[in-house]
Amino acid sequence: MATMAIDVKEIKNVITKPISDNNPIALQILGVCSALAVTTKLETALIMCLALTSVTACSNLLISLIRSQIPSSIRIIAQMTIIASLVIVVDQVLKAYAFETAKQLSVFVGLIITNCIVMGRAEAYAMKNGPINSFFDGIGNGLGYSVILIIVGAVRELFGAGKILGYTILNPVNDGGWYQTNGLLLLPPSAFFIIGLLIWALRTWKPEQVEDAD
Amino acid sequence: MEQYISLFIRSVFIENMALSAFLGMCTFLAVSKKVQTALGLGVAVVVVQMITVPVNNLLSTYLLKEGALAWAGMPEIDLSFLGLIVYIGVIAAIVQILEMVLDKFFPALYQALGIFLPLITVNCAILGGSLFMIQREYDFGESIVYGIGSGFGWALAIVALAGIREKMKYSDVPDGLRGLGITFITVGLMALAFMSFNGVQL
Repeated sequence: MATMAIDVKEIKNVITKPISDNNPIALQILGVCSALAVTTKLETALIMCLALTSVTACSNLLISLIRSQIPSSIRIIAQMTIIASLVIVVDQVLKAYAFETAKQLSVFVGLIITNCIVMGRAEAYAMKNGPINSFFDGIGNGLGYSVILIIVGAVRELFGAGKILGYTILNPVNDGGWYQTNGLLLLPPSAFFIIGLLIWALRTWKPEQVEDAD
Repeated sequence: MEQYISLFIRSVFIENMALSAFLGMCTFLAVSKKVQTALGLGVAVVVVQMITVPVNNLLSTYLLKEGALAWAGMPEIDLSFLGLIVYIGVIAAIVQILEMVLDKFFPALYQALGIFLPLITVNCAILGGSLFMIQREYDFGESIVYGIGSGFGWALAIVALAGIREKMKYSDVPDGLRGLGITFITVGLMALAFMSFNGVQL
């Protein structure tokens, strides 16, 4: 039962590490696709974060529980099956309780299956560590992903439409206000610029993440 | 015929997988340092996409859709919620089969693609292609054209990005932006350029 012992320090470590030191999007280049496509509005970004964090945490937990039973030659398919089943559950729940948002997320809920964060953490952490730590590692990486998504989503919605979560903050010119909305931010390419600049800021703060010139 | 040509052009340029739907971004950013490797990965994506999209189309039409099991005498069954697990299973299986076939009959190509083939299972452009095909209700013929077109568009984009990154080796980029940061901004500019295709009506 030694592996089941709850190591508080380790848990704290796996939750906080992915947020700034080992961010899945900014450093590990995992899960970038959905970060770009669902961040036009903060609300869709939040739902996506919730969906991804719960899938990563549960898949890490389940895969870690059966890790000694999975033969290594078929582990990818075994992991895929677990992840796909969890995503189907999330997809059905979203369709039942948040239909409008599920419509806006379109294929991106399904694409959580191939989101490299889920796969990457299952392969890199859950296959080697106990279920409890793996569960929190999933939560930590989900949070790291969420931080980036929420920042990008908030910037795009606030400066692109003058709103946060649908409430008007900066009164746009079109409605008789003063704020000239920046339409570029509502277009998909702006997400690239925001994430690029975010990475720049993060690496200026933590210079050890700077890549070597080749 | 005209309808297929315009679908092809649309899936390559207007609805480019990488630059307007942002699918397959992880490999797109990670494996685009050299044109040579980008080309290899691009070819592999086209081949896999060309096979998986039509196969998933057949499965969806004759097995999963509401009323699809009418040929088996069970018209009221709707299995579409099983879609995700079936599509990813098909993709994983086809990638595996393709790997074995290439290894046996085309060892040279297998050597060239080697490491990229297994990676393709988790490339979201592949699963995304199948999901878009379902969402837009393409028929079998259209799904073949869409599979080839979307794969080709993705390959085109990754080769173009690799070309830019090879040239960029000589530019003096600020420390924090070097590598991933500047790649993001380059892709953003490329995506802006591809948006100009949006106005094209086909």
